[in-house]
Amino acid sequence: MAETIKTNAPAWAEASAMAGADMRVNLCGIELANPVMPASGTFGYGMEYRELYDLNLLGAIVTKSVTLEPRYGNELPRIAECTSGMLNSIGLQNPGIEHYMSEDIPMLRKHYHGPIVSNVSEFSVEGYAEAVGKLNSLDDISMFEINISCPNVHHGGSSFGADPALAEEITRACRKSTDKPLFMKLTPNVTSISEIAKACEAGGADGISLINNFKAMRIDLKTRKTITSEKYAGLSGPAIRPIAMRMVNEVYHAVKLPIIGIGGIQTADDVLEMIMAGASAIEVGSANLIDPWVCPQIIEDLPKRMVELGITNLNEIRGVV
Amino acid sequence: MDREVSRIIENRQLAGGIYKMTLETKECKFSRPGQFAMIGVEGKFLRRPISVCEYDSDRYTIIYKVVGEGTDILSRMLPGEKVNSITGCGNGYDVDAIPDGAYLVAGGIGIPPMLGLMKALVMQGKNANLVLGFNSKNDFFLIEEFRNICGNIDILTADGSNGRKGFVTDAFAHADYACACGPTGMLKALDSKVSRGQFSLEARMGCGFGACMGCSINTLEGPMRVCKEGPVFDKEIIEWQKL
Repeated sequence: MAETIKTNAPAWAEASAMAGADMRVNLCGIELANPVMPASGTFGYGMEYRELYDLNLLGAIVTKSVTLEPRYGNELPRIAECTSGMLNSIGLQNPGIEHYMSEDIPMLRKHYHGPIVSNVSEFSVEGYAEAVGKLNSLDDISMFEINISCPNVHHGGSSFGADPALAEEITRACRKSTDKPLFMKLTPNVTSISEIAKACEAGGADGISLINNFKAMRIDLKTRKTITSEKYAGLSGPAIRPIAMRMVNEVYHAVKLPIIGIGGIQTADDVLEMIMAGASAIEVGSANLIDPWVCPQIIEDLPKRMVELGITNLNEIRGVV
Repeated sequence: MDREVSRIIENRQLAGGIYKMTLETKECKFSRPGQFAMIGVEGKFLRRPISVCEYDSDRYTIIYKVVGEGTDILSRMLPGEKVNSITGCGNGYDVDAIPDGAYLVAGGIGIPPMLGLMKALVMQGKNANLVLGFNSKNDFFLIEEFRNICGNIDILTADGSNGRKGFVTDAFAHADYACACGPTGMLKALDSKVSRGQFSLEARMGCGFGACMGCSINTLEGPMRVCKEGPVFDKEIIEWQKL
């Protein structure tokens, strides 16, 4: 089995299933060889990681947020460190939807044959609908993840994900633009994440991704200014994982939709814990940035841990709490 | 998964707060002077980007300054201990493009990459004018190593304690071609005195290999990542007023 993983996720998944640890998951009709995908914004469009390992090991790839127009993003510094995590204030830097469709997706497809999840961000209901409508024509995109939760833009972003009525309206508008599986990515910076998830369900979402970053802040004692140029930046990393676990569990009990669990995942054990909280699949975020080999490592470890823990199939542990 | 790990061969102080660490790793991926390594530090979430001083196929040297908790932990590591590493990060100096007689200008902790660059130029039979800037003579390091390979060295100290008093920008009125590495303020001041060249920028980084967009700068050719398209850029494309 050890050799199989170096080349091909479905073959590895099948071998693992035969060995008594079936890690395959079905997400709204999309077959994933394993539940592990890199989170949007930590993986670019895959090309940096392609130099390090075979992308075909991954369950799916979530591409960096794309917007209709190219964006430079926020001023530097955009990164700060903290205990067990990091802050970022990138501000949705991306080359714009035309470049994404004509260059980035075809280039990714050359090197990766599994499902591509397109993460979309915009600044108005109409903008989201237009972007999803354009992207819907690409056969290479299997699924959408709509980012209504970016903490680092001044208009739109997480304010959409904090208002149930607006979240529902954006979901409905995107729904009209595509028949592909539609996941809404939620912000944790709300009083009740279940209310937002229910609103997305009412708007016609097929699933919920959660969580995005927490709004946070670090100050440099010498300059007496925030370390990031933006006063508030998004906290990610293992520091947020227990909160993500709780929020995934709340949403799991509030809606009937599948959930992609996100927040501080670094190991196969973290994956199993998130699935026990209610997730159908998971995304690995900032862990990719500090250990670019973390996703294939998790995928290699997962069946071993399943066997050790007596888990033959991920469905049997989903939402056990 | 085969991750990259480096084993420390030596780690010693060269001057106040300046340390030299030599490491070995199975696959050392450096291909140009001016590239950097991302070094993992126990107990710190992000890796530290540190430019490479010299390298060969299985061994490399970094010279770093203790500026915070991460580099402090690094400075107390011992030979035989291992660190997580990613070698060969970023774009280094294009040695072929550097003409004979170019200036190499560096200040403070920007000096180490110039040793590897100077040696690469010597290999190509090219001469260079080396300009090194320090705060004071107490901060001197690598001087002997440079003297062994370069006969034309101009050393300046900000406090005048040794060599000429002044900054690297005081060393010459104008240069056709220069390679530079140092603080952003130094590079900005140097920009107007140099017609063409390759300047190495620094930035606070997240990943160090181009994934997070944490270190993107504006250039005349669009946004570029200091960790991927840089840290060494053709200085003509940098929008210096925006740095």
